[in-house]
Formats: sequence, structure tokens, C-alpha cells
Amino acid sequence: MTQLALVIDLNVCVGCHACVTSCKEWNTSGSAGPLCDENPYGLNPTGTFFNRVQTFEIGKYPNSETLHFPKSCLHCEDPPCVPVCPTGASYKRKEDGIVLVDYDKCIGCKYCTWACPYGAREFDEKQKVMKKCTLCVDRIYDMSMPEADRKPSCVKACPTSARLFGDIHDPESAVSLAIREDGGYALMPEWGTHPANHYLPRRKIKLKIHKDELERADNPLKVDGQLPKPAKGAPSMEDVSAW
Amino acid sequence: MKPAFSVIFLTTLLGAGQGLFLALFTHQSYALFGLLPMQSDAFYGYGSALAMLFLGGGLIASFFHLGRPERAWRSATQWRTSWLSREVIVLPAFMGVVFLYGVSHLVGFRPEIVTLPSGLLIDLSAVIGTVGTLLAFALFICTGMIYACLRFLREWHSPLTVINYILMGGSSGFILAAFFSATYAPTETDFFVGWAVIITLLAFAGRVASLLRNARLKPKSTMQTAIGVKHPYIVQRSMGSMGGNFNTREFFHGKSAAFLRAIKPTFLVLAFVVPLALLALGLFSPALLGVAFILQYLGLMAERWFFFAQANHPQNLYYQTIG
Repeated sequence: MTQLALVIDLNVCVGCHACVTSCKEWNTSGSAGPLCDENPYGLNPTGTFFNRVQTFEIGKYPNSETLHFPKSCLHCEDPPCVPVCPTGASYKRKEDGIVLVDYDKCIGCKYCTWACPYGAREFDEKQKVMKKCTLCVDRIYDMSMPEADRKPSCVKACPTSARLFGDIHDPESAVSLAIREDGGYALMPEWGTHPANHYLPRRKIKLKIHKDELERADNPLKVDGQLPKPAKGAPSMEDVSAW
Repeated sequence: MKPAFSVIFLTTLLGAGQGLFLALFTHQSYALFGLLPMQSDAFYGYGSALAMLFLGGGLIASFFHLGRPERAWRSATQWRTSWLSREVIVLPAFMGVVFLYGVSHLVGFRPEIVTLPSGLLIDLSAVIGTVGTLLAFALFICTGMIYACLRFLREWHSPLTVINYILMGGSSGFILAAFFSATYAPTETDFFVGWAVIITLLAFAGRVASLLRNARLKPKSTMQTAIGVKHPYIVQRSMGSMGGNFNTREFFHGKSAAFLRAIKPTFLVLAFVVPLALLALGLFSPALLGVAFILQYLGLMAERWFFFAQANHPQNLYYQTIG
């Protein structure tokens, strides 16, 4: 069983929205038709996006920090949006776990959005069907592309490599490793939807240096500064080590 | 949630139609057992035609909810998992049975099907009516479960949702039946008014119970679980769009909190208190029964508006600040 997913590292996301524009560019140009916009240059621009970057302020000034939070469909392992669909337009692929909408079957009843706690689906107001992140399914299997390009558009665009893509069911994959070793977590775990996409938390890199580590005992290149000369008869390296 | 007028009309019109049919067949069942005088075929037949008008209105309203109504036939395919799909199947089935019930009365085609050992004669219309009764309840359950099955919308995720759809539809339909019988079978008005009062009281109790339940709900999802940061102070500064988006339009009612507060007593009075008072007075002045039905219908529309507006979707946590 394969479950493709994104792992988003909040520690390095800088909120540049490159993933948003890259996603929109790729997915509005595909064979499935455009992601429609209304008033793109007007007062209240609105449109269909698969991916959005939101910004949160955590804490109270001055002890606050800014968190940029990219959000797209999480491709839940138990997707609540799929069983409620009356037409079968919403489905989860067995082979790779991607949750997709068949735009030719969707009747635009919007019931699936009610059943998604994450607000991951957006209704296309011009085509009158439901749309959502496809994990660039038209890209990741395209053999005419070089292998390095067979990744979702957002992943390719991220300048800080905050977005990882891979199979979270493969314990050796980079995404599984990241989830396991860097504290990957799922959103709203209380609903039991088991999102496939994971987020890596903000983590402070702290390096604890003890006093005796300031100068190395052997100091081979004599660049760490001079150690005080040991007194005569004081134990030397020869006494404690056989080399 | 944003109350869609198509769904408000759909659920209230269907409720009245189902309730009216149940009222007619309840009367026929009483008459079958000799508890009430059997009425003319025209009474049941034209009553079914009136029910069909309401059901048809609801069916038409439902199409206005769809982005792609021309594909509506596809929505009958996922009945194994989707309550919406089940409703799509049960509604036309129920309408078909109501139509046959009306036709069997109007044409007078009511051949004997079976005679019970007690000597009770069961004719075709009684059989059709029984099937129709089962389908009417099945339709109420489907309609209610469409909302009650969504576990994220905790205001709806309760058996009270289904019970209230049955009771409020029943109340509406029995009041309509009382008005109908005041015109076509005045001797039977008391029977329908009596049941209408009982069902309206039960509906009142059910709706108040769900209001009390919802007032005590504590949200399961919080800002902390939504973005996975354990900090008591989290404020959204930007939702990732400058002019709103589908998520800000579909999941907010768009009215002030004061408006929401004002709607609650309005619908409680219009949908339950006023009809109960008019039902009592209607025993002496039948025209008031018509007024009772219309005022209650307006009240039920307000009730339905509130039902949607009150439901707070967890996705709203992600869409608080445009910026």
C-alpha cells in the first residue's frame, strides 16, 4: 500500500507563497481546465486555489512569533469527504492514496465540503464543480518529464525545501524519516481522519556547550588557544590513555 | 454554515408534504378499524394531490442547490455510503407511491387484497398507504441523517436532528391536513387538530431540547489542534486570500450575532406557540387553521435558517482574518 503525501516543515517555511502561485500556475493550465478567478484585478479578487499559505501570530507581543502555515488537501487515510459524495465523483485512489474529484461526475452539491473539517475543498464558481489538491497527479506520473520534475508543483517551487513529497507508508522514505525523527504531526487528530499530510513543528536549534568543551584536551593544531601548562607531576595524557 | 434558500425550501416543503400524507393515511387507518367514519375517495385523493404539490415544490427547490443539475441522476449511485444519495432514491419513490395512493382513490380502483381473520378488509389503497408511510419515515430519516451524520458539525450530530425533522414535518403536515379537512370534511377537523396539537407540542419539546443541547456544546477542535501549536494565544493574521473565498462564503451565515439571537425566539413563537394557539381557536373558526399553517411555515423557514446558521464548522478556525 502506497500513501503519497506532503510533509511540510513549519520550521523553514518563510511564507513566500511560491507554492501557492506555482500550484495555481500548473493546475490552471492543465487538461482539467482552469481554476477560475473572479475580479482578479478588482476590489475583491476571489478564485479557486488548491493551496493557501496562512499566517498566524503565536503569543503576545513582544513574546510572539509568526507562523506561516501552508494548507492544502491532506489526503486523509480515512477521508470523510468521500463516503458522503452522492455521485461517486469524490474518491480515494487505492494505488497511491490520493483523494481526487472526477470533475465530469461532480454535481456541485457541496456536501463534501461540509464533511471536510479542514476546509480543503473549494467550489469553482464558474465550472460549478468541486475542486481540490490532486498532489499534481498529472505530473508525478508523467514519464515525459525528467525524474527530478515528477513531484508536485508546490514542492518544486519551495525555495527553502519546506515541502517534502513521498510515500508515508514506506518506512525508509524521506517523508517517513522526517515524520519519525522531526516530530511530524497531523492536523485535528481528534476527528480520526488520519491525514496523510504531516507538519513538522517549529523547533529551536539549541547547542549546549559545557565549559570543558571550550578547549579540546588534545588541541592538535594549537588553534584553540593555549592551555595552561600542566604542573610537574600532574597526570598527563600518557597516564590515562594507552594511545 | 450559510443557510441556502434552496435547502430551506426543500426541507420545509418536503416535511409538509410527508406530514400531510401521513395525516391522510392515519385517518384512513383509523377509519379502516372503524374508529372514524371513512371519508370519500375525493378527500384522500385530492389530499394526496395537495401533498404532491408540496413534494414537487421541494424536488424543484433541490435542483437549485446543485451546480450541475443536469447531472443530478448520478446522485442515486452511492446509496451504500451516502445519506444524500439515499434521499435522492427515496424521494421519487415516495412521490410515486403518493401518486399511486391518490390515483387509487380518485379512480376508485381499490380491489380487495386480503381479508384478515378478524374480517377486516384490506384494499389496495391501504397497502399502498402502508408502503407510503414507511417511505415517508424513510425520507425523514434520510433528510435528517444528511445533517446528523456529519460528526464535525456537532450541533447537528445528534439523534435529535432526525427526531426533529420527523416531528416538525409531522406538525406542519397535520396542521395542513386540519385546514384541508376543515374545507372538505369538516366533521373530521377535530381529529386532525388533536393530532396536530400533540405533534406540535412534541416538536416544540424536541427543538427546545436540541437548543439546550447545542448551548452546552464545547468545541472539540481548537486553534491549537487546527495548526498543531500548543500555545494559549494564537491569532490568525492572514488566511491566504485578499477578497474572501469559497470557504468564507459557504461556512458563515453572513449576519450579525444580534440577528442570530433575534431569529431564535422568532422561530420558537412562529413555528410552535402561534400555531398551537391558532389550532385551539381553529376549532371554532376553520379559516384560522390556514393562517396557522402559513405562519408556522414561515416559522419553520426561520427555524431552518437558524439550524444552518447555528452550526459552526471547524474549518472556520482556518478562515478568521482576511489579510
